[in-house]
Amino acid sequence: MTAIKNGITAGNGAQATTTPAPLPKMSAPGASTAGVNIIGLVKADYKGLESTLCNGCGHDSISSQIITACYELGVKPEHIVKFSGIGCSSKSPAYFMSRSFGFNALHGRMPSVAQGALLANHTLQGLGVSGDGDTGSIGLGQFMHLIRRNLRMVYIIENNGVYGLTKGQFSATADVGQELKHAGRNEFPPIDLCRAAIVADCGFVARSFAGDPKQVVTLLKAALCHRGTAVLDIISPCVTFNNRDDSTKSYAWGKAHDERINDIGFVMSQEEIRVDYAEGETKEVELFDGSKIVLKKLDGSHDPTDKQAALRLLTEAHEKQLFITGLLYINTERPNLAETYHLVKPIASYQQDKLRPSRESLQKIMSAMY
Amino acid sequence: MLRDYTAPITAAPRTPQPVQETSASPLQREPIVNDFAITVATKNGSGSQTSNAILLRALFKMGIPVSGKNLFPSNIQGRPTWYTIRLSKDGYLARRETTEIMIVLNPDTILEDHQNTAPGGVFMYADDIKLPVRRSDLHYYAIPVKEMARQHESDPKLRTYVANMVYVGAIAQLLGIDLNEIEAALMFHFKGKPKPVESNMKVVRAAAAWAAEHLIKTDPYRVERMDKTKGQIMIDGNTAAALGAIYGGVGFAAWYPITPATSLADALNEYLPKLRMDPETQAPTYVVVQAEDELAALGMVMGAGWAGARAMTSTSGPGISLMAEFAGLGYFAEIPAVIWDVQRMGPATGLPTRVSQGDIIAAYWLGHGDTKHPVLLPGSVYECFEFGWRAFDLAERLQTPVFVLSDLDLGMNQWMSKPFDYPEEPMDRGKVLTEEQVNATKGFARYKDVDGDGIGWRTLPGNESPYAAYFTRGSGHNERAMLSERADDWENNMDRLARKFETARKLMPPPVIEMVEGAEIGIIGFGSTDPAIQEARAMLETKGIRASYLRLRALPMNDDVTMFLASHKRIYVVELNSDAQLCQLIRLHSPKDAEKVYPANHNDGLPLTAHWITEEILYQETRH
Repeated sequence: MTAIKNGITAGNGAQATTTPAPLPKMSAPGASTAGVNIIGLVKADYKGLESTLCNGCGHDSISSQIITACYELGVKPEHIVKFSGIGCSSKSPAYFMSRSFGFNALHGRMPSVAQGALLANHTLQGLGVSGDGDTGSIGLGQFMHLIRRNLRMVYIIENNGVYGLTKGQFSATADVGQELKHAGRNEFPPIDLCRAAIVADCGFVARSFAGDPKQVVTLLKAALCHRGTAVLDIISPCVTFNNRDDSTKSYAWGKAHDERINDIGFVMSQEEIRVDYAEGETKEVELFDGSKIVLKKLDGSHDPTDKQAALRLLTEAHEKQLFITGLLYINTERPNLAETYHLVKPIASYQQDKLRPSRESLQKIMSAMY
Repeated sequence: MLRDYTAPITAAPRTPQPVQETSASPLQREPIVNDFAITVATKNGSGSQTSNAILLRALFKMGIPVSGKNLFPSNIQGRPTWYTIRLSKDGYLARRETTEIMIVLNPDTILEDHQNTAPGGVFMYADDIKLPVRRSDLHYYAIPVKEMARQHESDPKLRTYVANMVYVGAIAQLLGIDLNEIEAALMFHFKGKPKPVESNMKVVRAAAAWAAEHLIKTDPYRVERMDKTKGQIMIDGNTAAALGAIYGGVGFAAWYPITPATSLADALNEYLPKLRMDPETQAPTYVVVQAEDELAALGMVMGAGWAGARAMTSTSGPGISLMAEFAGLGYFAEIPAVIWDVQRMGPATGLPTRVSQGDIIAAYWLGHGDTKHPVLLPGSVYECFEFGWRAFDLAERLQTPVFVLSDLDLGMNQWMSKPFDYPEEPMDRGKVLTEEQVNATKGFARYKDVDGDGIGWRTLPGNESPYAAYFTRGSGHNERAMLSERADDWENNMDRLARKFETARKLMPPPVIEMVEGAEIGIIGFGSTDPAIQEARAMLETKGIRASYLRLRALPMNDDVTMFLASHKRIYVVELNSDAQLCQLIRLHSPKDAEKVYPANHNDGLPLTAHWITEEILYQETRH
């Protein structure tokens, strides 16, 4: 069996670009034919291997939305690098975009591996998939430090509040007082990873629900255009171990308690077409590549550029055991990690001529050592 | 012939057989030139590091072979610290157990320092310290350190620092150290800035003048200019390692502060901006990240090495413990990385500022399952530089983490060395497929042994061929990097990794062997103990025992080791750890020779002395 599917239609042999290039070159509007995106690829070019997760798993739905988002944006699969930790969620990068390199790291350690890889080649777009155990427990430290450094990558948390591969223990995002068949009663309050991300100065924090493909795709597209770390916490119910109707991570709870704060229409500046743009109060946020997201406030009250408001909103929702979906906080001002290090060409592209200083320079150092 | 080689090796009880290190008789008046040790007893944080470095370099610049060792506490300020300088006209650089010149500024340690001065030696002390007793076999010099510091420094806070320059001036006068060389050493230390050089020299000159006027020299010790350091450099192993890495093309370094490895990263940060900016873009060709912990440091290195940068980290024992899981992943997912372990004393927090060679087994097998790693063992600052660049060639050729085991003595102390040679070999970037090569390859398979050496071809992220990508994982996989739990896939993969390790065995630097014709015994050692072993061989020869010497420079061991074992009746393995770790590894390497391989291990936190090795081997030889 091969990871390469049919339908490779374009993009072979292009040289690596030397500037951040998450977005493909645009073809003229109206040039694409049916089923072919703006860089001439069909959706099958974004496919991965067959999933081995449980039937109906929310994670598979998210994988599909990743494929849709990248296909619709026209991201070249070879420009994406997939990362994950360990757990059900972390297996999923194998199930989308086989033409992208992937690194399935250690439990909780995806952030460090992603930082190394994307500092070695900062022209690539990172797309990480982690879980609530992977991020909220064993990997909490690396998660916070990744955000603190502001590496440009999309960080998806497939959040189901439970450890699936080890058969149903509580994770750090499980609801207090929740009961599970094997684990009993959870005595501790959940860590809200969106609040944690905002506290660590994350410039893009959003929450969604795996069963809401339209919102997931929209948020993913926006996240892919963010200049720094974009955290996307997606409630993704576990069909096997955590889908009791009274769990906040169940489908039933999600559908009933999903309070949308804004509807986001994502607009690529190159296209100048607004998708799903509605009347009413709007707010435009410019992303680093010139594209904009336009926020439509359904309830007209949340300003996602207001950090205090975002924290207040999440704190109140936390107390009511509600999850607010949509873009919670955005700040596009912070320089990302590659910018902080003033990187121009990918470090990994340098060869001996630039990597080994001259013979004379060593002699000079040696003569100073006497 | 199965045998339990895991049984602990216990050192035999021994009665000390003192070996005379010095022929000095009490209060002898025959001049003793360029062959003694100076120890300075101060408190840490007092600024004595500068003055000791100045003394060391001034002697070095006078052409006298010297070594300096800092014996310091794990503390920031106020605890006892000793610095010993050995002058050796014969060029022996190991630490000595006796000290002839004791300079004491710390009243807290006066009793033991007084006791530890060799008979006939010099006891120089700050005159505000009360001596409880006086020995009849020492020469005493009381120096008005505080008074002179007061005269030269109005700021009381800086007086402790200035006091150090007082003893430099006094001892320079007493021993005959050229003040011009002290000034040159200050110029080196302060990177040519005239102001601090002048203010320090003022104190040094005044103290020397005071000593000339007030001290009557009764002791026999003095220094004389030689030409034995001509063309040599003086440098610490951590700086040498960092320079080696820079000339080896390090593109990515991640680290977390830990003694005694921190100064390696410091040196990277010092030299990289000067040496490694891209002339076309003025942008750095490197990244150095201070990570949140050692675990993240190696995680970042894994990511960077995987993506094609020459990636390294530097740490010490506790750091490699944290790195264990990633080291195993690197071995199994086959990711190039260089890990410097500047060893300190463990287990646990241990003695963080004391030397040990106790990580050799941990590094060799770091990780669970059947993990094993190539390990480089530099034995000098020269090799710290050489292995600094060579480690990247090996890591990328072998596509695996490569450890480099230095230690606190080698890494943090100043060593004389021949100047480093520029790497003449072109960089070996290993087996990497370009876009065109992938497109031309019918079915790229990341872990396929195409060439029979166990090493597959890899592609790097950024390769835009639609056939280039693969999914890197720590879980079981087949040749095409696909998840597999099949028994045959697992076994085939592990067999190939074993073949790759055999390739490593051939590529690692061979041991340095000095075969002595007719010698019944051989000594095996590695790393910073080399000068002590060399000196011990000379001492043993005076006792009628001639010993061959194999200095191991890498693991896994090759056939040279087997041959060396076969060529001698008894092998002594000299090392600085409690479990005789290298001795155990050698017995495993050649079980048929195991019974003639004896441990000669020592582990008290101090750099090994020739005296100890000689005594140990003499004692063990009496039992054969």
